[in-house]
Amino acid sequence: MNAAGFPLLSLLIWLPLVGCVFIMSLRGEEAVVASNARHAALWTSLIVFALSLILWVKFDQSDGGFQFVENMAWLPPWGISYHLGVDGISVLFVLLSTVLTPICILASWEAITVRVREYMIAFLVLETMMVGMFVALDFVVFYMFFEGVLIPMYLIIGVWGGPRRVYAAIKFFLYTLTGSVLMLLALLAMWYQAGTTDITVLLHTSFPAAMQTWLFLAFFASFAVKVPMWPVHTWLPDAHVEAPTAGSVILAGVLLKMGAYGFLRFSVPMLPLASVHLAPLIYALSVVAVVYTALVALAQTDMKKLIAYSSVAHMGVVTIGIFTFNAQGISGALLQMLSHGIVSGALFLCVGVVYDRMHTREIARYGGLADRMPAYALTFMVFTMATIGLPGTSGFVGEFLVLVGAFRVSFWLSLLGSLGMILGAAYALYLYRRIIFGRLTKDDLKSILDLSPREVALFVPLIVLTLWMGIYPSSFTGFFDAAVGRMVESHQAAIATPTEIAGILPR
Amino acid sequence: MLFAVAVFAPLLGSVIAGLFGRAIGDKAAQAVTILCMILAAICGVSAFVSLVYGGAQPGTVLLADWLEAGTFHVSWALRYDALAAVMVAMVTVVATLIHIYSVGYMSHERTSWRFFSYLSLFTFSMLMLVTADNLVQLFFGWEGVGLASYLLIGYWYDRPSACAAAIKAMIVNRIGDLAFAVGIALVFVTFGSVEFSAIFAAVPQHMDDTYSVFGTWPAYEVIGILLFVGAMGKSAQLGLHVWLPDAMEGPTPVSALIHAATMVTAGVFLMSRFSPVLSYAPGAMAFITVIGGTTALFAATVGCVQNDIKRVIAYSTCSQLGYMFVAAGVGAFQVSMFHLLTHAFFKALLFLGAGSVIHAMSDEQDLRKMGGIGKMVPVTCTVMWIGSLALAGVPPFSGYFSKDAILEAAWAGNTASAHYGFWCGTIAAFLTAFYSWRLLIMAFHGKPRADRHTMEHVHESPAVMTVPLVLLSVGAVFAGWAFRDQLIGDQWRNFWGNAIQVAPTNHVLANMELIPGIISLLPTVLAVLGIALAYVMYVAVPTLPAQLAAQFGGIYRFLLNKWYFDELYDAVIVKPLLALSRQLWQVGDAQIIDGIPNGLASLTSDSSAQVVKIQTGSIAVYAFSMLIGLVLLVGIFLLFR
Repeated sequence: MNAAGFPLLSLLIWLPLVGCVFIMSLRGEEAVVASNARHAALWTSLIVFALSLILWVKFDQSDGGFQFVENMAWLPPWGISYHLGVDGISVLFVLLSTVLTPICILASWEAITVRVREYMIAFLVLETMMVGMFVALDFVVFYMFFEGVLIPMYLIIGVWGGPRRVYAAIKFFLYTLTGSVLMLLALLAMWYQAGTTDITVLLHTSFPAAMQTWLFLAFFASFAVKVPMWPVHTWLPDAHVEAPTAGSVILAGVLLKMGAYGFLRFSVPMLPLASVHLAPLIYALSVVAVVYTALVALAQTDMKKLIAYSSVAHMGVVTIGIFTFNAQGISGALLQMLSHGIVSGALFLCVGVVYDRMHTREIARYGGLADRMPAYALTFMVFTMATIGLPGTSGFVGEFLVLVGAFRVSFWLSLLGSLGMILGAAYALYLYRRIIFGRLTKDDLKSILDLSPREVALFVPLIVLTLWMGIYPSSFTGFFDAAVGRMVESHQAAIATPTEIAGILPR
Repeated sequence: MLFAVAVFAPLLGSVIAGLFGRAIGDKAAQAVTILCMILAAICGVSAFVSLVYGGAQPGTVLLADWLEAGTFHVSWALRYDALAAVMVAMVTVVATLIHIYSVGYMSHERTSWRFFSYLSLFTFSMLMLVTADNLVQLFFGWEGVGLASYLLIGYWYDRPSACAAAIKAMIVNRIGDLAFAVGIALVFVTFGSVEFSAIFAAVPQHMDDTYSVFGTWPAYEVIGILLFVGAMGKSAQLGLHVWLPDAMEGPTPVSALIHAATMVTAGVFLMSRFSPVLSYAPGAMAFITVIGGTTALFAATVGCVQNDIKRVIAYSTCSQLGYMFVAAGVGAFQVSMFHLLTHAFFKALLFLGAGSVIHAMSDEQDLRKMGGIGKMVPVTCTVMWIGSLALAGVPPFSGYFSKDAILEAAWAGNTASAHYGFWCGTIAAFLTAFYSWRLLIMAFHGKPRADRHTMEHVHESPAVMTVPLVLLSVGAVFAGWAFRDQLIGDQWRNFWGNAIQVAPTNHVLANMELIPGIISLLPTVLAVLGIALAYVMYVAVPTLPAQLAAQFGGIYRFLLNKWYFDELYDAVIVKPLLALSRQLWQVGDAQIIDGIPNGLASLTSDSSAQVVKIQTGSIAVYAFSMLIGLVLLVGIFLLFR
């Protein structure tokens, strides 16, 4: 049995579904059902969060392997099993998902007024899928959750979204599904080659070099869309703009990490030769993403779109970090993913605050909010600074470690990949200036209210996390240091001795 | 430990004032921040005294781990050595005086708790910067200073010009910061550490390391250049100076803090901090000297024709920073620190004095609308004279000792770049004296040019403002004389210890004693001539300036418009980037990337029409196709190499 003494990971996955069943069973007047559904969903997600803290406490940081493992035969003839576990790379993403879900539910408290019950169900299903995706140690299980995430997200955008929600939802679905089909092919090929779908086994399987390239490209098709990398990023701004606030938070906070997680879990360790071979392609796309989307963000007139584009730029830094194949780059990428999950989620919440009051995301409709909303101005400032990577906030540590890691690869990669330092400051400060600073002249803003206690409760944990990760990131890097170290070592070993023999399962 | 208290007391004040300022009110917030600052100043000065005079040992105060990734390790730690102690003492003292002065200056503001919180945050960031034990922590302070300056310059956030200046300061600084950050990465790759003691200990081992970027160079040269580009942003050197004059959009005490104690001196400090490495990078040092000299001269020429009282002083800061870099560039880091110290006193004095003038003149900043108020504001007028005498380098005021030493060091440096720095600095010394007296005469003397209403309201500032002025003027008079022998005398090692290290072949300080008398006298003579010229132009023949401006209209406009740097950047960088960003969005994303699926669909049905469409004539479309082509080429090349 694992360190928790009971099947913790399964509980984390399936508990939200229990909550769903309960919410489904609610009957009565619509307002009562809505209120009960809100509370039930919040409590479910809080319990899941509390349980997930066991991971934080009991996770053995010195162990670079998988922990809290659960393994049950599922379809033995095909070598498929229900295999779960977390290592240093995935554990913090599980926690990120369980932290953000209650925050999202709380953020939707008043904003969602129609079909509240279904909305809460969708969010809990989403949590199941996200957690399952991060803890799966079997390809088939992983693939199910990976694709399963799409469905509740598709519904959240398509049902509770803005005016162009159907277009955005379908675009989101098609883009991400197209890539996934290719990944499925790759999975089949790997299964055919190795005879198992167990990730822990596949991590030690050597695939022939030529095959690696094709597998890599197939994975790439799926993960690049999810990240999203340039030039397959255009689904993201549309999805963000149309999604309800909480949908944007979870999309930016967790869903964007799935692609990068995929690269770290599959592409780099399983296909080391192809990764090295194709890294320059990733570098090129990432640098273009950093510069291109930062510039596009500068021109935006819609708050959410601006932040969506900035997400693409930040994820460009993540992909650079992953493909530097050194400890600094990969640690930096992981920190940047966590930081981005919190900071961009918080920024979308910031947009949600004023959107709930004014029902517009048009930047030009705001200005001078500092007078009426000082607490909001401070909150927004903290996250603006975090998004431009000010030291002392979470945004800095990841970005800076990636810069150092990238520098070990190439001067130019490091310099160009960090151009976001300048461009990011430009678009973020320009946004802040147009919304918060300036003279308050618009009549309808003159009575706008500052943060409510519920909103303060949303932001405080996020601010604490942002500063904590910025000032004392060791609490977080400690989780993945061992795993990253092991990953870098085995990567270097794989590069040093390229084996020609395929299908052998060492150890 | 005293030292840690000196660093963290301002943070405490800032947090209390910032989070609870609204609740406890302006008065309480002011009291809290000022008390914290006074505490910091007492601790800072005693830490300095006990290190330099009391025989305390330099060391490191380890606070916590910060960052760890593989072999990359960074801690939170305070470095206690002469360089840090001198800066801490100076910063806390000057910042405390500025805090006190601000009580009077900001008395009409509604929400001054915000201002005081930012001021203390600014001071804290600078203290973190100067006490950093490693480059990353220095970068923390470096960026914190940037944030605080952004907040303070944009303090009056309802003024569009203040918002624009704040953003400009942040972004221009970030350009330098990028180079600095990359420089830190190179330091890590070269030395395997970012901690100062580890780096400096390993200097001899990596002397022959090379690094390839635009050809192969010694690694130290590349490090030197990258760090200096970072310093150029923060210290407003030519090219990245454009933010500094605009920074006066903030309240005047902010300008005093930015220009004197915090922020702009960070670059000079970084050069001194990194002296053990820079000493072995002659190419980078020459570059530093040339940029420093050029900035000194450039800013002085611009300062001569500006009409805004704060703008004149702002350009003088730019120019004086150029001097400090000249000294650093010729290897006289001690001299550059000496000038940094004296400059902190007289520049804070000048800015706060200018604030007092503006206060007296009912917020008028235009020198052309001043004049003749000297007798009405005697204290302000006197301290401004003292500040100007120090700035112009008239003996025995503090600026004389330090500026003279810089020019002597430049002469003694005896390389082509050092000579260039010497001549730039010497001409700038003449211009400095000229614009200082132009300012004094236009502000205080001659006939009043303001309207009657304003003149009736002219009054001396309250004691809360004049007392700091008087205290600063004591520093401006005596700092040079008092610290000269210790900081740049023969026995400089007794004072600096290992904080400043120079190459064994560096004898600049010794050679300064040997230079010809005429050379060491030249700056003083030129300063007196500059004062005389200002007297002639603005007292004896007051019509002369207008005549000259008309006669040499081109030159005059060139200087008045600050060599057209802003216009140039706007036309070459800002506008094209904004246009490009719109194109990338509306053509690149909306038409091309999103258009591909649609295009593919309709291509089969109507291919000829698509071919026509491809030739849209839009540059963005072509640029975009090139980008895709590039990515494809790289991809194909890698697949089949």
